[in-house]
Amino acid sequence: MIDVKNVSHTYAVGTPFEKTALREISFSVSEGEFLAIAGHTGSGKSTLIQIIAGLINLQSGAVEVDGESVSVQTARRKIGIVFQYPEHQLFEETVAKDIAFGPKNFGLAEAEISKRVEEAMKFVGLELSLKDVSPFELSGGQKRRVAIAGILALKPKYLILDEPTAGLDPKARRNLLAEIKKLHRAGMTIIFVSHSMEDIANLASRVAVLAQGKILFDGEPRELFAQEKILDAAGLLPPPVTQLMLELNRAGLSVDAGAITLDEAEREILRQLK
Amino acid sequence: MISVKNLRHVYRTANGERLALDGINLEIADGEFLAVIGTNGSGKSTLAKHFNALLKPTAGKVYVDGLDTAAEENLWRVREKVGMVFQNPDNEIVAAIVEDDVAFGPENLGIAPEEIRRRVDLALETVGMTGYRNFSPSKLSGGQKQRIAIAGAVAMRTKIIVFDEPTAMLDPQGRREVLATIKKLHAQGLTAVLITHFMEEAAAAERVAVMAAGKILKVGVPREIFSDVAGMKRLGLDVPAAAELAERLRRRGFKLPEGILTAKELAAILKGK
Repeated sequence: MIDVKNVSHTYAVGTPFEKTALREISFSVSEGEFLAIAGHTGSGKSTLIQIIAGLINLQSGAVEVDGESVSVQTARRKIGIVFQYPEHQLFEETVAKDIAFGPKNFGLAEAEISKRVEEAMKFVGLELSLKDVSPFELSGGQKRRVAIAGILALKPKYLILDEPTAGLDPKARRNLLAEIKKLHRAGMTIIFVSHSMEDIANLASRVAVLAQGKILFDGEPRELFAQEKILDAAGLLPPPVTQLMLELNRAGLSVDAGAITLDEAEREILRQLK
Repeated sequence: MISVKNLRHVYRTANGERLALDGINLEIADGEFLAVIGTNGSGKSTLAKHFNALLKPTAGKVYVDGLDTAAEENLWRVREKVGMVFQNPDNEIVAAIVEDDVAFGPENLGIAPEEIRRRVDLALETVGMTGYRNFSPSKLSGGQKQRIAIAGAVAMRTKIIVFDEPTAMLDPQGRREVLATIKKLHAQGLTAVLITHFMEEAAAAERVAVMAAGKILKVGVPREIFSDVAGMKRLGLDVPAAAELAERLRRRGFKLPEGILTAKELAAILKGK
């Protein structure tokens, strides 16, 4: 379990650029959970996940991973973080070397490293024949998979993904989301930062909404999409399907606007028309 | 007007050559709003870079108002006509104050200060950011930053702006702001080319070009392009939610007309059922 207790964070303290990013945030993530964190640019999402991953030192409050402070290395190593546009961090000559970089730094044995590299590649759907190819010659979607494989090779218990589908085309997006779902089913705890309400609707069982450094909402995605005031305050919009159903509603069709996936919307309209 | 004739582009890499554009033919009329969609690696961004001579054709020609983009002596005249806005506003903003950033391009053209002032004021007004003129760009949201980047392009007074996935990094509100800005500029006469992965945005254009594997597969009005739900999915693309839902209802035996694109249209038709 990850426990976030009363965490506040202010950048550039004592300068004219002082900016408070987080205000007394508390929540916890249970093992096996799929938590989405939503919020507009500047809402504090990135600061929050970096604090959870132990990448920013705590100013106040506490973050505990399985009961141990995240400032301790064993706790920190349980958490993997995939940044936005992670492919920008690729640097090695070959795909295999890039994925092996993290495990090597953990001091693992060669045999274990190459085993993990292969497992991670298989998991994200990269052909093993790509091992000796330069990562820079791959497509955008493939590069991103290499970057994610590099984190998976560290075998984190908790995986944080920051906007993992930004900039991907619809197919690459669907594939990547399916893989994240697979990781979750395999037992990994996922923290998924996104402003795509559609992705959140399709994946997460719980969503926390951040705005001005505070948690405005913590609950089921379905509940969130019904609360226009909160969405508005957080600068978010319901998924396109829900927007569509709301529009049908406004036009005088008595459909329940609570549908959050296309399947649900289809069923609801059929129910009304029959 | 941009006119692309049998354009091929080959990238040379350590492992040999990669064909990125394979025989592109396309005309973009003055005042048009064209969206270009396609999967990652389909050649969209490579094509965009040919419009203002950031790349030169390996074979074939690109003409901007009749100017051959491959001719060295045309370079600056082409770029006076075609501006670009990229995905990540943080990579485009250079100055510490919003209005200095917008003035950066015109200053480099050696334009008189009073004229720069006029252009900056008008550009900020157009993108709805006048109130932020003295802000530091670092204090702005993603959508606001991208609108500043657009203002920078507007201040250059180019007749064409190519937007290369300008909303990919933005939250939903920011995406709305940027799309509204592009629509407004188009209404004022700008020729807009919008490269995007968001089908709802492409649906706002007058024409949509669909790319795959370095080729343009089809060009048509959004209604026509997005009525082929199965074809778009096969290409790895999506269609707007209303189009997809309409298609699902058709499969269930409902007789709905072709070409439903927006929630309003779907609502009007379902109400009659």
